[in-house]
Amino acid sequence: MHEYSIIQSLVDSVEIHAARHPNAAVKRLRVSIGELSGVDATLLATAYEVFRFGTICDDAVLDIVPVAACWSCVRCGGEIPKGEVLRCGPCDAEAKLTAGDEILLDQIELEVQ
Amino acid sequence: MCKVDVQERILAKNESTADHNRSHMRAAGVLCVNLMGSPGAGKTAVLEATSRGASNDLSIGAIAGDLATDNDARRLQAAGIQAEAVNTGSMCHLDAELVHRALHHFRLDDVDLLFIENVGNLVCPAVYDLGQAVNVVALSVTEGEDKPLKYPTMFAKADLVLLTKTDLLPHLPNVSMQAIHDAIARVMPRPRVISFSAVDGTGVNQFLEWLKEAA
Repeated sequence: MHEYSIIQSLVDSVEIHAARHPNAAVKRLRVSIGELSGVDATLLATAYEVFRFGTICDDAVLDIVPVAACWSCVRCGGEIPKGEVLRCGPCDAEAKLTAGDEILLDQIELEVQ
Repeated sequence: MCKVDVQERILAKNESTADHNRSHMRAAGVLCVNLMGSPGAGKTAVLEATSRGASNDLSIGAIAGDLATDNDARRLQAAGIQAEAVNTGSMCHLDAELVHRALHHFRLDDVDLLFIENVGNLVCPAVYDLGQAVNVVALSVTEGEDKPLKYPTMFAKADLVLLTKTDLLPHLPNVSMQAIHDAIARVMPRPRVISFSAVDGTGVNQFLEWLKEAA
């Protein structure tokens, strides 16, 4: 399970951003996790609950925004439904992933004290 | 309340170390291959067979990641491959920093081709860029025809799938190669598959050709 190491990287990143706001407490984080990112949102939430204690995120809620995978034709841009062969029939062209591989820290909410 | 928009990749630090590794390898003229697959898919056997099949002027190196033991690295060394073991302890994957540390023990100028034999796992290794030029996934014919559908992220990131242990097919009347190829085509945008057997040598030359084109 690599979700713990993702949380470690997340907390490291939050520390760097929060350091620019010295008198503020981290209250909420928003992350985007793609369906094909290889990261499981439920496991990530569990890892966060275990890992946040004693860190800068001790008092912060984690919101996880799931992002559905989307495959599109590289030529016409038409969507190729999940589970289908990843090739656009009319264009005879391959598909590319246009959404769904995100492992992103979107936003940090800080409370100025 | 103050909202700070970040929009930053959580694994940015790993990715920057991976880019550093990549530039090291490019500068040394080395093609780096991240070889992934389930435990027992035959990754070490693929490297042994590739080394046997390669001409003498192709020098192969390998970093072998495992939770414990240096058994794979020793097997690879016995096959004439310059190999370094990386024990990850409880970690289910290699990351760019582990590879970076291993590279410092490595004589990169002496190899043309560097395989990173990742920890046996079809989930976690797909998430971590190591600095490789290409991703190769070893999938054995005994693993189940729908394995790619169950682990789509791994196959979506693959540049090549080696369908290993094909010498066993005569004993597997219920395994359909067509079904495996169909499953791969539903998760891999540019499906490229080579049937491979470390026992009878099937696919070794094709794999070497593919590597030459990728270099």
